[in-house]
Amino acid sequence: MDINIGTLAGQTIAMIVFVWFCMKYIWPPLMQAIEERQTQIADGLAAAERGQQSLDKAQVEAGQIVDEARRQASGILDQAHARANEIVADGKADGVKERERQLTAARAEVEQEVNRAREELRGQVSAIALAGAEKILTREINAQTHEDILGKLAAEL
Amino acid sequence: MSSTEAAAGEAHGSGAYIHHHLQNLQVCKGEHGEWVWNHCTGNFWAVNVDSMFFSILLGVLFVAMFWSVARKTSAGAPGKFQAFVEIVVDFVDSSVRDTFHGKSRLIAPLALTIFVWVFLMNLMDLIPVDWLPLAAGAAGIPYLKIVPTTDVNVTFGMSIAVFVLIIFYTIKNKGVGGFVRELTMHPIAPPTKGLGLIAAPLIIAFNFILESVSLLAKPLSLSLRLFGNMFAGELIFILIALIGWGQLPLHFGWAVFHILIVTLQAFIFMMLTIVYLSLASEEH
Repeated sequence: MDINIGTLAGQTIAMIVFVWFCMKYIWPPLMQAIEERQTQIADGLAAAERGQQSLDKAQVEAGQIVDEARRQASGILDQAHARANEIVADGKADGVKERERQLTAARAEVEQEVNRAREELRGQVSAIALAGAEKILTREINAQTHEDILGKLAAEL
Repeated sequence: MSSTEAAAGEAHGSGAYIHHHLQNLQVCKGEHGEWVWNHCTGNFWAVNVDSMFFSILLGVLFVAMFWSVARKTSAGAPGKFQAFVEIVVDFVDSSVRDTFHGKSRLIAPLALTIFVWVFLMNLMDLIPVDWLPLAAGAAGIPYLKIVPTTDVNVTFGMSIAVFVLIIFYTIKNKGVGGFVRELTMHPIAPPTKGLGLIAAPLIIAFNFILESVSLLAKPLSLSLRLFGNMFAGELIFILIALIGWGQLPLHFGWAVFHILIVTLQAFIFMMLTIVYLSLASEEH
């Protein structure tokens, strides 16, 4: 327990050496690493904060876009309905017109047919009448002399 | 000498056992210039070889541990050991920042070295008191005190370095005049005019005695506090070891309590160093 200079000085010198080494080679790199990491963590936290904010903003924007799209879609649907109704109405009107036209045409044709058939029938009846009269008259007179009378008859039929 | 032998020993068994455990392994120059082991009582130039050996060994251990981390440190995700080292460094750094407001490249590394080194030296106290001395005895070394901080020379050696730093920082920050003024003009300001001038030298002398004592008390109290705590703790470990087999629960209890003292004394030594140096560099 005596004080002795050897140990005293030895310990002081050892301490100076260790403190010097610590100051030179241990403390600066460790402190630098710690401070760098502090900045990194702070930056990371700030970035996360910013990310959260932009996410919130994007969500709001997305909601707006979806609403807009919905509104547009319903507008388009309405337009389509209106157009469809229009087309159906147009079609109906066209159909009615076409039917009228075809009906008229058919009627005219039928009338024509009837007239033609009537003419033909008339001719055939007069021929039959002529043939009948001829047969009668061949017994008595020449057909040629009475041809004008027979023609009048046929016209009257 | 084991504890059981000591307990059942001859007339002066316990006394010899304790004395043996408190004896440093010393070397010094004899009267004829030859190296003498262990007969150095009263020789001012002796060296306590065991204290120096373990002190330097633990200092090297500290430096190696922290340097191995500092060398390949990176700002990325740290490994477990790096994280541990950084926690210690950060703890010391915040202690320094809280107390010392000046700028100094020295004080924080100084505080770190003191804290870890003193902690490691104190920690040697937890090694059972007979293990290493017995092993050394078997190897032919008669004495071995393994806790450097139970050697007053070691704690004094460190506090002297701190004392020199206190004076250095005072002069660096306040000038030689400031240092002298600090020693002579406080706590009683000497009168500067009138009849009081006659009393001024007396007051200055009084101040000087007072301030010198308080200045010298700093390194003295710093070293004696650490030494006293560790020496007392070691002594109680030795006394417990004398009991024999019954020592086990007592030893365990005292060791657990000592973990606190080991850490606390290392912290106090570091903290007081910071406080003294910050007082030296600030006006107060």
